[in-house]
Amino acid sequence: MADKVLDAKGLNCPLPILKAKKAILEVPKDGTLEVLSTDAGSVADFAAFCRTTGNTMLESTEAGGVYRFIIKHTA
Amino acid sequence: MAAGDVNQKSMSIIVTKGTLDWAYPPFILATTAAAMGVNVSMFFTFYGLALLKKDLDLQISPLGKPDMVMPLAGMHMKMPNLVGVLPGVNAMATTMMKNLIAKKGVASIPQLREAAVESDIEMIACQMTLDLFEMKKEDMIDGIKLGGAATYMEKALSSDINLYI
Repeated sequence: MADKVLDAKGLNCPLPILKAKKAILEVPKDGTLEVLSTDAGSVADFAAFCRTTGNTMLESTEAGGVYRFIIKHTA
Repeated sequence: MAAGDVNQKSMSIIVTKGTLDWAYPPFILATTAAAMGVNVSMFFTFYGLALLKKDLDLQISPLGKPDMVMPLAGMHMKMPNLVGVLPGVNAMATTMMKNLIAKKGVASIPQLREAAVESDIEMIACQMTLDLFEMKKEDMIDGIKLGGAATYMEKALSSDINLYI
């Protein structure tokens, strides 16, 4: 179980990233944030977000049109 | 990344357009950059200054925009210039665009601007434009600064990315 879940389904760029940035600050260091999104662009965007900010993408999966990211708060 | 970090990247954006469509690129990039740890300054000049008004009344015009294609009832619609000049067409196009924005889960401009304020993005209003168009600082949102070309240049010279939109 992630420490926090962000449901960003139905939101479009850049809202999932903006909300994830806020949400990850509420996760303790080395804790995890789970993000759910329906924005197809969010796959590339969350990978870029993690590379740039120094947070760690643990999982990036898709099921039934919903993208699921598990991000470890490492930055 | 902590604010004030010497390794922190920075970006400046000159915002010159104040229509509903052109308001998106600067605010999307600015808020996303801030979320990725970038220090952002936005310099609002000429029509871009409308984006700092307390009362946002942003409009879109299909006139002279052959690249503007709106989805309508499963089709795609272009507006001939001859129709675009008629009274009420801008208002209609604006309503259509706002409906699309809401339907597709795209942020509104007030929402993005609020995110920009929350993420401490520096917003500078062009003093010359205020004078030129007889606008008042009191009509603008709180927390903005006033400045001119030299203020922008100082920012630009120390920024990693400089955009003109």
